[in-house]
Amino acid sequence: MRMRALSAGIVACPDCDLLQRIPSLSPGGTARCPRCGRKVAANRPGSLDRTLALAVAAAIAFLVANAEPMMTLSVSGLESTTTILGGVVEMWLQGEWITSVLVALFAVVAPALDIGFMLAVLLAARRPPAPRWVGTLLRWTEVSGLWSMVEVMMLGILVALVKIADLARVEPGIGIFSAAALVVLMTAMSVRFDPAEVWSRVRWANGEGPQASPESAGGAEAGP
Amino acid sequence: MNGAAAIAARAGLVSCEACRLLVRPAAPSVPGRCPRCGEELEFRRRDVIQRTWAFAIAAAICYLPANILPVMTTTSLTYKEPDTILSGVILLYKTGSWHLALVVLIASVMIPLAKLAALAYLLITVQRGSVRNSRDRARLYRLLEIVGRWSMLDVFVVTYTVALIQFHPLLSIAPGPGVLFFAAVVILTIFAAESFDPRMIWDSDKGEPTRNG
Repeated sequence: MRMRALSAGIVACPDCDLLQRIPSLSPGGTARCPRCGRKVAANRPGSLDRTLALAVAAAIAFLVANAEPMMTLSVSGLESTTTILGGVVEMWLQGEWITSVLVALFAVVAPALDIGFMLAVLLAARRPPAPRWVGTLLRWTEVSGLWSMVEVMMLGILVALVKIADLARVEPGIGIFSAAALVVLMTAMSVRFDPAEVWSRVRWANGEGPQASPESAGGAEAGP
Repeated sequence: MNGAAAIAARAGLVSCEACRLLVRPAAPSVPGRCPRCGEELEFRRRDVIQRTWAFAIAAAICYLPANILPVMTTTSLTYKEPDTILSGVILLYKTGSWHLALVVLIASVMIPLAKLAALAYLLITVQRGSVRNSRDRARLYRLLEIVGRWSMLDVFVVTYTVALIQFHPLLSIAPGPGVLFFAAVVILTIFAAESFDPRMIWDSDKGEPTRNG
C-alpha cells in the first residue's frame, strides 16, 4: 500500500485537526493554532544541546536526591530520618503494598526512566539519521513524563513537614535540596525539549527519511 | 480564523499521534501505519466516548471511599485518631497554616471533583454535537491535562508523614485504606483525560466561525 507524507511545513493541530502551514519562527518564537490556541510549533535554538545539559544535571540531582536523607526529625531524644525510597519502604511495611508501589513508580521509577530515555534520545539524535529506536524511546518519554511526579512529591513533603513541625524538630538534609533542584531541572528539561527536532532526525520506518525539513532550518541545528 | 477551515480528517489526511507527521493514507478505511515512526494511524481514536466515560465513572465511584475512609491513623500513648482527607485539611487549618490547608483542599478535594465535572461536560457536549464554546472547551481540556497530576499530593503527604512519624510507642502514624482509593481516583482521572480525543470537540463545527457560539 502506498501512502504519502506531506511537506513538513504543513501540520494538523494535534488538538483540533486544523491544517496549517508553520510560519518561519524567530528564535524562541512559538506558533499557536489559530482555531484552538494549542501550541503547534516552537523554534528553540540549540534545543538538543541545552536539553542534554539539563538532562545530565537532572541525572546527577536525581542520584543525590535518592541517596541522601531528605530530613531528620527529633522528638524528645528520638530521631527519625527518611529518604525518597524510605517513604516507599515504610508504606510497604505498613501493609499498603499497592500505594507503596505507586509511590515508587511516581517518585522514583518514572522520573528515572524519563531522564534515562531523554539522555539516550538526545545522545543518539546528535548525528542524524538517528536509529529507529530513538523514535520508540521518544514515545516512551511521553508515558514516563505523564507519571513522573517529582514536583507533586516535593509539595507533598512540604505539606507533611508543616504538619509535623508542631510535633517535632525538623532538620532538612541534602536530599531535599537535591529534590528541589531535580524539580527545577526536570521542568526546564521538558520546556526546552523540542520533540519535532528529534523526529526530523530519526530514520523512517519505511526507510525513506529523514528528509531535509524546513522546520529545522530556523537555527536549531546550528550548534557548534 | 478564516471561515473555510481545512480539517485534516475531512481532507483525507491523518496526523500521526506519536510523531505528528501528516500522512495521506492510500485507503481512508485502513489508514495503516505511520511511514516515519511505525505507529498505527487513526483519524480519531476509537471508542473515545465509551472509554473516557468508563474511566470517569470508575473514578467517581472511588471518590466516595477516598473521602470517607481514613487516610491515616495517629496513635499516641493516650489516643488513637483516624484522619480522613477533609479532617486533615481542618487540622492543617486549625494549626495555623491556612494557606497549606487551602492547597490541600484544592488539590485533594476540589481538583478531582472539578476534573470529573469537566470530563462529563466535555463528553456530553461532544456527544450532543455541540458547536458552542469550542475554544473554551479546548482550553478546559488542556487545563485538565496539566492540573490532574497535582491531586496526587495527599498520597505523598501521607507517605512521608508515615515514613517520618514512627516513634513507637510515643507517637506513630499508620496509613489508612483511603489512600489507595484516593490514588485510584487520580490515576483513573488521568487515564480518562488521556483517553479523550480533543479533536472531537471540533468535529461538529462545519467551518463557520463560531468563536463564542
